[in-house]
Parts: sequence; structure tokens; C-alpha cells
Amino acid sequence: MKENLYNYILGIADNSLILGQRLGELCGHGPTLETDIACTNISLDLFGQVRSYFQYAAKIAGDKRTEDDIAMLRKEREYKNVLLVEQPNTNFAYTIGRQFLFDAYHLAFLAELQKSTDLTLSAIANKCIKEVSYHERFSSDWVKRLGDGTEESNQKMQEAINDLWTYTDELFHQTEADKVMVSEGVGVDVTKLKLNYYKRVNDLLQVADLEIPESKYFQKGGKEGVHTEHLGYLLSELQYMQRAYPNMEW
Amino acid sequence: MTSTEQNIDEKLIPILEEVSDPEIPVLSIMDMGVVRSAVIINEIVKVEITPTYSGCPAMDVIGDDIKKALKDAGYDSEIDLILHPAWTTDWITPRGRKALEDYGIAAPLDAEADIDVLLNGKRIVKCTNCGSQNTRLVSQFGSTACKAQFQCDDCQEPFDYFKCLK
Repeated sequence: MKENLYNYILGIADNSLILGQRLGELCGHGPTLETDIACTNISLDLFGQVRSYFQYAAKIAGDKRTEDDIAMLRKEREYKNVLLVEQPNTNFAYTIGRQFLFDAYHLAFLAELQKSTDLTLSAIANKCIKEVSYHERFSSDWVKRLGDGTEESNQKMQEAINDLWTYTDELFHQTEADKVMVSEGVGVDVTKLKLNYYKRVNDLLQVADLEIPESKYFQKGGKEGVHTEHLGYLLSELQYMQRAYPNMEW
Repeated sequence: MTSTEQNIDEKLIPILEEVSDPEIPVLSIMDMGVVRSAVIINEIVKVEITPTYSGCPAMDVIGDDIKKALKDAGYDSEIDLILHPAWTTDWITPRGRKALEDYGIAAPLDAEADIDVLLNGKRIVKCTNCGSQNTRLVSQFGSTACKAQFQCDDCQEPFDYFKCLK
């Protein structure tokens, strides 16, 4: 099995899986019907993307593993998503802040992944980027609306950005699998995305009448499987059916 | 690599045209542009379909429906889901666009106009009920991932707009 490629794919897909699950929690609980539908539609897009990645990963694994096994049967430390996407919904400003901070990265990442020498990955990226550009439009539009809205919405949006800021730097950390995949022309060198990312984010924050956080202290660990306390709870819900009724299908 | 051209055996076209999108029953999958190839190899029909959106739950049903339609016509078949080249709303045929409009879903505008209506509040989407362009965006996401929700300010009718995907 191509261990590095397998791990590399999981590193990409786990971000979408965990964020998709977080957004799915809002089904029936969004602040308004329209935003509820938007969040769950984005969730559906992300789950669809995850299926493409995991089907490919299962093929590479070459054993009896299926896409569902990869999604449902790993332990917490085996998930490689960044800490940002596992942060709880807290309130709508957090949901939107987390979404925009991830979308801005996701869009830039997929633009590069389209150039991968791995034809399956480039095809998936080519498909996903069309959907993600809609996500980014939605989330950036809401950051502006909340930031440039009422005094209270501005304050809540600012709090969310301040709290989530500490998780942004990790997006640009390289794992061992990353380094090998970049050297083979398969992977994206995320360190090169950092400059433009912060430019895009800072520009939007300014337009939205929000302050750019000054904190230089950043959290990391998700990519290595060391997560915040929130992931365990999320996984217990995500995996409940497969753990309670092993191998069930419907 | 696969090209953007379709490769469909003429004998199979009438059969495939009978299969419709489960979410939009008036629209055949051929007019939707999701069937990329259908050829008979050793008496088995090999069909390649491509998803509109990655998470589109209709794809599994469409695959099953194609199998059934071909079986009824006496063919065994294999269905493959392909991702490349990625589906675009440009592949919806003129007949498909008309079917959408008749069903109450405004057909996609070009990419630039799409941004204008979804982000900049421009009123150019035509109401499928009365034809007025005095329409406004209610929600960027509608009943399915491919649609946005609009409302007409003249006749008050709410309707879906099929978003441009390029």
C-alpha cells in the first residue's frame, strides 16, 4: 500500500468530514430557515467530497476496507483534521467565522490540488472547487454582514474571529506525508499558500469593519492526531450507529 | 484523459431519455447532461455518469434507474461514476432549460450574472410564474445544493433558481 498517499488523502478528507459533521448539527437548529438550509447544503457538499476521497483511499489500501470503515471506525487519534474544523458551533458568528477561515484556505488549496500529477486527486479537486467557491461566497458575505451590521453582531463576529484565530496557522503546517507528496508532485505545498491566505482574510476583515487579531500564539496538533477536547464528543455522535450495531447497513 | 464530448450509442438514446432526474422529474438525465458515455461492449452496456454536485443524493437513484430502464429494454449494464471532466450547467440542453422553466425552476444565468444575482442583489432572474425580472434572492441555497431560493416581487411567487456551475 502507498502509505504516504493514503495518509495524505485522509489529511485532506478529514477536514471536510469533521466540518461537514459540525454543520450537520445545525440541521433544524439554524438561526433562520435560510441559513439552516445553507449550512446543511454545505455539509452535504463536504460529505460528497469526502466520499470521493475515501473511495480512492479505500482503493489504495487494497484490503477489505470501505469508505464507511475509514469514516466511521477510526479512533480519535487517527483523525488528521485541523483543529479549526472541530471547534463547536457556539453561536452563528462562530459557525460563520470558522467556515470563512476554512473556506479561504480550502479554495486556495483546491486551486493547487487541481495541478496534482495524481489524476484522481486533480479530478476530485476540479469537481470540489466549483462547490467550495459557493461556500466561500456564502461565508465571506456573512462575515461582512455581521461585522458591518449592528453593534452586537459586530462584537460577536469579532469575538469569534479572535477565538478562532489561534487555529489558523496550523492550516499551513506540513506533515511527513505532505512533504513526500509535494516532492512527488502529488501534493500541495501548503506553506506557499500562507501569505495570500492572510491577505485575503485581512482584506475581508477590514471591509467587514473588524479588527485583525494581533495574537501570535497558535495552536497545533490536529494534523498529527492530537485534538482539542471537542473532537471526542463529535466522533461519539458520528460513530454511534456503527459502534452500537457493528456492520449495520441501510 | 476523457474529453468533454459525449459518446452515446444512438440505439440507447431513446431508452436513456426515458430516465429522469428523481429531484426534477420533468428533466431527462440526457437533457441534464449527466450521461457522458453509453456503449455496448460484448453485449453489456457500459454507462458513465457524472454527478452534478459531489453530495448529490440523486446519483445512486439515477444509476439504479438507468440499470432498470436498460434491463427492461433487454440489456445488462454496468454503471460507472466519473468525476472528470466535472459537470457544468453548460451541459444542460436547450430542451432541458425549457423543461426546468416550465417546471418552475429558473434556468442558470452565465457565471458573471450569477454572481450579480447571488451576491450583489441584482434583479435579473426571470420569475417562472409571471416572467417579471423584479425578483429578489431569498436564500443562496435552496431545496437542493444546486438551487437558490428566489421570490417575485410582482406576483409574489417563490421559486427556485438553478445556480450556474462552471
